[in-house]
Parts: sequence; C-alpha cells; structure tokens
Amino acid sequence: MDIKFSAEDIAFRDEVREFFTAEFDGTVAEQLNGRQGTDYKAGMIAWQKKLHAKGWIAPGWPTEYGGTGWSATQKFIYETERGLAGIPDVVPFGLKMVAPVIYTFGNEEQKAKFLPRILSSEDWWCQGYSEPGAGSDLAALNTTAEYAGDNYIVNGRKIWTTFAQYADWIFCLVRTSKGMRKQQGISFLLIDMNTPGITIKPIVTIDGKHSLNEVLFEDVAVPTANLIGEQDKGWTYAKALLAHERTGMAEVADSTRSLNALKERASAEVNGGQAMINDPVFQMRLSDIEMELMALEYTDLRVFASMAAGGVPGPESSLLKIKGTEITQAIQELQLQLAASYGGALPDDLSAQELGHDFAFEARGRYMYGRAATIYGGSNEVQRNVIAKAVLGL
Amino acid sequence: MNFDFSEEQTMIKDSVSRFVREEYDFDTRRKIINSDDGMSREFWSMFAELGWLSVPFAEEYGGFGGAVEDIAAVMEEMGKGIVVEPYASTVVVFGGLLSAATNEALKSEVIPTIIDGSCMGSLASVEAQSRYEMTDVSTTATVCDGGYSISGEKTVVANGGTSNKFVVTARTSGGQFERDGISLFLVDASAPGVVVKSYKMMDGQSAATVTFKAVVVAESQLLNPAGEGINLIDQVMPEILMGLSAEALGIMATLNTLTVEYTKVRQQFDTPISSFQALQHRMVDTFMACEQTKSMLYRGLCQAGEGDRDELLKTVHALKSTVARNGRLIGEEAIQIHGGIGMTDELNIGHLVKRLMMINVTFGDGDYHQKKFNQLAYSA
Repeated sequence: MDIKFSAEDIAFRDEVREFFTAEFDGTVAEQLNGRQGTDYKAGMIAWQKKLHAKGWIAPGWPTEYGGTGWSATQKFIYETERGLAGIPDVVPFGLKMVAPVIYTFGNEEQKAKFLPRILSSEDWWCQGYSEPGAGSDLAALNTTAEYAGDNYIVNGRKIWTTFAQYADWIFCLVRTSKGMRKQQGISFLLIDMNTPGITIKPIVTIDGKHSLNEVLFEDVAVPTANLIGEQDKGWTYAKALLAHERTGMAEVADSTRSLNALKERASAEVNGGQAMINDPVFQMRLSDIEMELMALEYTDLRVFASMAAGGVPGPESSLLKIKGTEITQAIQELQLQLAASYGGALPDDLSAQELGHDFAFEARGRYMYGRAATIYGGSNEVQRNVIAKAVLGL
Repeated sequence: MNFDFSEEQTMIKDSVSRFVREEYDFDTRRKIINSDDGMSREFWSMFAELGWLSVPFAEEYGGFGGAVEDIAAVMEEMGKGIVVEPYASTVVVFGGLLSAATNEALKSEVIPTIIDGSCMGSLASVEAQSRYEMTDVSTTATVCDGGYSISGEKTVVANGGTSNKFVVTARTSGGQFERDGISLFLVDASAPGVVVKSYKMMDGQSAATVTFKAVVVAESQLLNPAGEGINLIDQVMPEILMGLSAEALGIMATLNTLTVEYTKVRQQFDTPISSFQALQHRMVDTFMACEQTKSMLYRGLCQAGEGDRDELLKTVHALKSTVARNGRLIGEEAIQIHGGIGMTDELNIGHLVKRLMMINVTFGDGDYHQKKFNQLAYSA
C-alpha cells in the first residue's frame, strides 16, 4: 500500500500548478465570483479559451477529437490541482455532457459540426432533461417530438435548465413514441436555442440569483439531422453519459480548499474576544467535517487507484456523490454559522456596507444555492436507491 | 499508487480468514469463552506454529519483520470471527512496546517467547481513576535494594488472568498527572506481591485487576530509561490504534453483511423486508460508514510508512474517532434491522456489537480522540 506518484507525475503536477498560477489571475477570478456587475459568462468563456489554447480544455475526450491523451493519474492530478487552486470546473453541459454523447453515438457530420465549437467555447450548451413532472423519475418525461419529414416538431416544457439564458444550444430528451416501458420511445435531440417557438422564463433561486430557467417549446421545428443515433434509443445514450465521469464527483480538492478557507475565517471571527476556532464546540463541528473529508479523500484515491490499474471502480465509488455533496453542504453550513447575523446582509445593498464581514453574504448565498447539490445529478435519495440495488443487491 | 495488500500479507490474511471460517464458529467461540482460561491454548499454539505471533517482530528476534499493515491484515480477519485469543493485547500492545523498547537484553529474552507462544503478556496501565489518560498514574515505583519496589493497583488489564508478564506503568518521580516520571517495568505475573483477580468482560474476553504490593523488580526490567515511559507508549500507540481499528473494521463489515443477508430472507407483509426503502437507505448508510472507516484506516497505513509524524497522529486520532462513531451506527442499525432476533444472546449480532463497544473504550473513546485531533489540528 502506498500513495506515491512517479517523478513524471510530480513534474506534471508542477506544470499544472505553474499554469494555473500564471493564467488564473485576479482578473479572471474577479469575473467569476458572481458579484453584481461582473459578467460570469464572459469570464467563463475567457477562462475556457485559455484552457483551449493550452490544449487542456477536454482531458476526458479521446485524443482524436481533441482530448489531452493524459493518463488516469494525470487527469486525477489535474482535477486535484484545479480544486486546490479554487478554479471553477469548466461549464459541464457542452464539454462533459453532450460531447461524449456526440463522439460516442453521433454521426460524422454531427461530430464535425459540434465538437470543434464546443472545444473552442464558441457554443454554450444547456441540458434539457428535467420537466415539471419528471425530476428524479426522469423517464416520465413527456415533451414530444413528432416526426414530420425533415423535421421533428417539439412541444413541451423543460425546467431547472441551468444557464439556458446564455445557451446557443440545448440537448434534450424528448418522447418520440409511447413504448411498453416509459424508458422506451425517448430520443436524444440537439436543438438550436434561436429556433422560433422557444421561450426562456427565468427562475430566481433562494440565493437571490438567476441561473435556472424554464424552457418552453411551442411547435419548434428541429431538423432530423439533429437526432443523435436512432430514434427511440435516447434513454440508452443518456444512461451511458451518466456513467461517464466516475472520479472527481467527490470534489475532494474543492472541499479541502473550502475547509481551509473556513478555518482561516474561524481564526479571524471572534466571539467574546476569542477566535471562533478556539471554541471547543466549534472545533467539534469542524472536525466532524474534516475527519469525514480525510476519509473521503482516501475513498476517492481508492477508486482512482483501481481505475488507474485498468480495473473498474469498486462499490466504494458509488458513495462519492453522496458523501461529497454532504461534506460540501456541511462546510457551507458552518461558513454560514460563522457569518452570524452579519450573514443576513444583501449583496451590494446598504446592509452589506453597514455590516462589514463581506464574506457573510457570500456564505449565505453558497449555503442557499448549495442545497441543490443533493438534489441535482440524481438526488441523494436516488443515489441511495442505486447503491441499494447495484451494490447491496437489495 | 496502490491499496492492495502484498502477496505475503494476502497469504497471511487468507490463512487467518480460513481459520475463522472453518475452525472458529460461534459455538466453538462460546465454549472457549466458558472455559477456565477464557481462551484456547490449543489455538494459541497453532497461531504460533502458523507464524501469526511473529508478524510484527524484527527478524533478529525470529520475527516475520512485518509492519503495521501486516498487523492490520491479521486483525481485520480476527475481527470477523471476534476471536477472543489475546492477539491484540499480547502481540500488538505488549509485543509492540517490547519491540520499541531500548533495553536490548530484555527484548532478546522476551520477544522470542512471544513468538513461540510460551509467553502471553499485557499492558497494565489503567487505574481506577485514570479512565483514558495514560499519564494519570498513581502506582509508584520507589528505589530499593535490588531495584524498584512497585505498589499500586491496575484495572481492566486485558487478559490479565492468562498473562505471564505485564508491562506496568509506574511513577518513579513526579506528581500523579505529570507526563514525565512514568517508567515501564516488565513484571512477572508470578512475582511475589502480584495478585491477579480475573473476570469476564462483556465482549467475552477476560480482564483482571492486578495489585502490586511492594513488588521488587530489578532495574534490568525497565523497558527504556526510567521516567521516559510515556515516550515509548506514544511511539507505539499509532500501531496499536490502527490494529484495533482494523479489528473493528472486520467486525463492521461482518455486521453489515449479516444484516443485508438477513433482510433478504426475512419476510414480512408477504415480501422480503429488503424491499423496504426505509431499510435500504439505512443499509446504504452503514455500507458507506464501513467504506469510510476503511479509507481512514488505509490513510493511516499509508502515512505510517511516510514519516510525517504529525500527519500520522492526526489520522490515527481521526481513525479511532471514526471507528467509534461508525461502529456505533453500524452496531445499532444491525440490531434494529434484525428486530427481535437481534436482541437475543443466541445470535452473533449482539456479540459482534459488544466487541465493537469494548474496542471503542480501549485506549480512548471517540470524543477523547476527537479532542486530541482538535488540539493538533486547530490549537497549534
């Protein structure tokens, strides 16, 4: 048993670190912090273009389509360094979600048309899966696509669509027929967001921000050339996509960074003149989280090690999403606790100027939006169902 | 990077596993517990023959030359069978202290007798008031003709009744709570003035209250320089805690497996109770608790070979705390999900749980170690 990296891997790590230090400068970080007056989309695209220029935008892709050709170890190191440096992951919808479906199940024209524009961040994608009546039970979706010669005519509503307001394209699961099982008759369609008949309605979330949307389709004509693979087989493609990313789900490095920030903050915030980090009760809350994260780091390493050795991830991999999000939320809860009543301030409002503690409203925002982590990507209850069935055989 | 046991470690792990499966069933264990010694000397000789007792000792004393990883491999399998023979107290704790001792003459005399099975030993450190604080020592050792005279009483001495020798913490200087001034003596159980009162504990293992009445011990029986005993204990404690945690891991995995299997055969409302989501999610939580415990143990095993002492200490405190927390969850859920049958003494579930409970209170419970962790991590 050992956790040593080779000299080559250490050299790679140093190269990644140097690049992040040089390129992820204050300007980029400022643009991505989400405060009012900053342009998140422009910031994200600018950062992704830097990654593209370096050739590092799509580590998960096969090299023939623009992947890095990195070993499993290098990918792991890259993700770890990104998290530790506090750099947000790329917007996943194009690069990590639809692209693997296109290069795995799409035809040559589709690959040639879409993949280069995803790599270069020219197209911004969003995901059209959930519907008002189809959340955890995704296969219950009933947005319809009727075959009409050269086009499908799409009608229905998608919801919880992150960044639809920025998107050029949306990939959708639509119902093309009614099968025996509800998983049958679903197709995978790529839809241009500028097509007539599409309406975006913003959904403001409990953190006061707008990232989610409802997307309405009224007689939207989508060329049949935009169908991925075969009609009615979309569920198979979507499922393959879900299994695509295994490691990295735990977000250990991101949480490590957040926890360190939390500890720093707890040294600065006081109660009765005593730093919160010296408060015995606060210390217990802190170590409850830190110990769980220490264990998760090794669970993540165990999964990685078995994959790097060419094996398939063992049952331990299934808990990465659940534990990872629980820890993320626990850190957010403790940040908010540190914010005390100052955390009630509204950003860029008089209250924030008056109250000081300017981390406080960010802590509140992260906490509020952070509740979503155990809901999206298959809620943690659904994840437990999956483990119960697939791992424990219940 | 890899988290596999070596070929040699796998061999010994497999042989312990086979023993537990084929020769240490629940009835056999019960008979052993009810015997006079509360352990099987026959099995102990067999452990010696199979080389299990030699695992952590250096080759120069006839040992296998193993590390804490090897101990963990053995202990995890012992845990699965809740083996009551004193492997932890004799080989891991008593043997570990001797291995780390600086008194060469003592080491070459005693270690070979542990390996050949003729000497069982135990650490006598807990006192009526000391709870988990190894530095709270009121037993005294005063200089006298022929060496030191030890007086005091030790309690919950693991397998005290069958131990041939004790390592005793006794104060040669300083006040009751001082770290300095505690010395480690090797004391023969048959020495004049040693009185051993043996009793059974809830986990089926035995313990003893050992009284020392002006027991004269030669200076040559000091494990390391007088007054520096705590340093030696501190040095060995990570290995001890990882060994016990590995045993706990074996127990947790067994409890989870038995519980999952039981729900698949137990029918209520005309269906196996494994089909109920309320139970499924609880079993997923106990599965995750077990995997996380394993990861924390592996973190310790990897760090033991790396040399950063502070990081290792943080991890072992976190480990023992995790074992306490997850052990309690897994134990309580195993009983709850088994229902009425889980309450019975006839079923092994309760016995597995009780061993976990004893491991929890051996060398510091979860809160004790979390506090130690906090001191290292936040109060620096």
